[in-house]
Amino acid sequence: MTLSEKILAKSSSRENVSPGEIVTCNIDLLMLHEITGPLAVKVFEEIGFKKVWRREKIAVIFDHDIPPSDANSAQQMKAMRLFVQKQEIKKFYDVGRGGIAHQMLVQEGLAKPSSIVVGADSHTCTAGAVGAFAVGVGSTEAAAILGTGKMWFKVPSTIKIEVMGEVKQPVTSKDIILDVIGMIGASGALYKAVEFSGEAISKMSIGARMTLTNMAVEMGAKTGLIEPDEVTYKHFQSLNESIEFLKSDSDAQYEQTFRFNSSQIGPKIAAPFEVDKVMDVKDVEGRRIDQAFLGSCTNGRIEDLRIATRILEGRKIHSRVRLLVNPASMKIYKQAVQEELIEKLVDSGAAVCCPNCGPCLGMSQGVLAADEVCISTSNRNFVGRMGDRSSKVYLASPATVAASALAGEIADPRRFWN
Amino acid sequence: MDTSSLAEHIMENFDPTFKKRLRKNKVIVAGRNFGCGSSREHAPLVLKAAGVQAIVAENFARIFFRNAINIGLSALETPNASSAFNEGDKVRIDIDRLEVRNLTKDIRISIRELPEPALSILKAGGLVGYLKTKGKW
Repeated sequence: MTLSEKILAKSSSRENVSPGEIVTCNIDLLMLHEITGPLAVKVFEEIGFKKVWRREKIAVIFDHDIPPSDANSAQQMKAMRLFVQKQEIKKFYDVGRGGIAHQMLVQEGLAKPSSIVVGADSHTCTAGAVGAFAVGVGSTEAAAILGTGKMWFKVPSTIKIEVMGEVKQPVTSKDIILDVIGMIGASGALYKAVEFSGEAISKMSIGARMTLTNMAVEMGAKTGLIEPDEVTYKHFQSLNESIEFLKSDSDAQYEQTFRFNSSQIGPKIAAPFEVDKVMDVKDVEGRRIDQAFLGSCTNGRIEDLRIATRILEGRKIHSRVRLLVNPASMKIYKQAVQEELIEKLVDSGAAVCCPNCGPCLGMSQGVLAADEVCISTSNRNFVGRMGDRSSKVYLASPATVAASALAGEIADPRRFWN
Repeated sequence: MDTSSLAEHIMENFDPTFKKRLRKNKVIVAGRNFGCGSSREHAPLVLKAAGVQAIVAENFARIFFRNAINIGLSALETPNASSAFNEGDKVRIDIDRLEVRNLTKDIRISIRELPEPALSILKAGGLVGYLKTKGKW
């Protein structure tokens, strides 16, 4: 069995499972945020549930529009706070106390290897970076889990993605995943699990791995995951936790295996309006931009801020461009202050904002006007994603975003790399 | 959340006339990866509020598919959905016989079997109805 199959078998108390089988699994962690949470609570009550199944297995994390930008948004949070109090949920991260949910699940060790993590958000698959089987669901499904602790799954077949070679800065794991999505396509892994492995992955930090698993859903995948190793072990050790984990069998059946050589992958970019419209940065170099965004659950981590700062340090961003920086969590924000990254970013002209999802989905803090163009480290470039219907989003790595902010146009980060 | 005001904006980024055309048509026929994007249940909820009774597509984005079934909106897969229908064709869907009939063109197309418990959830009008009746999984 593959890692996904083993986790699903364990969680449904079966010896074996195979692709296509329907299993009902015990859920180890359920995440709600302030947008999908209130509807889940409403449906939870509508079904007739009174008490959540296990309060210690529920995490409520505010992240989409924090601090709230209008009264409706504030009302959503107020409603969720009441639910958290009533149900005595302790894993609750309010404004200024947490950050982007997908970051928090991994950073705080809430998502464990070989566990099933369900979140009412499509990028929940990010937690696969520590070897969890992590999937996004809607509010009604989340409501059923709140009450029962269970969810049915169709066991997915697994696609294996082997990444060999070495990822050399300023190329990052973002360029790797964009290259992978460009090849597999936006629906190429539909309903499937994607397992990342290989030499290049084993050398990546947990943060860099999260960028890979985060975007698994952009190829249609049910989840993306990475088998735990020494890096995973050390991550949990730093949280004073020891871990046990499952591994894929050596004779596991993969539906397909794709091999990539990271040494041959340069800076990549996804052009509007599809995530799989991937090309080399040099193919679109010179296109004017109005805004550059460094942040999101894809790329708001300390390694992302570091590489961007290395490019921006001592330089000024182009006078026509706004650069928005949203660290993915308060912890990363603080670390970036301690490492003096924030000071250097602000000196370069960046607007450093509160950890939240805002700009990525055109919700708050950096919404685009008509015809504006943004280069972003986030994960979606659909029509109107970051603002006006006529605005455009290019997806790229933190290094490419930083380089483009300096140039005022899409730029290859190798131009600014010493 | 106000589904009726959201329903005014259905698919407007894709086609500004979509909402108007939907008044006469209750079935959406689509190609690949329908519903690709967010996990928001608002997407199928709003389609349902606008009067959509079923979506027939080559395949669906996974979360949209589950959300649709969970709110009692038929999401059905068939390989050549987009080539088998023209706008305005009359359609009859028989979920038990796994069949979509295009009455205008007089053709039958088989749909992919919905796994259990998805079929029972859909027949119960959604997950709320299913769990209310069954009490558990």
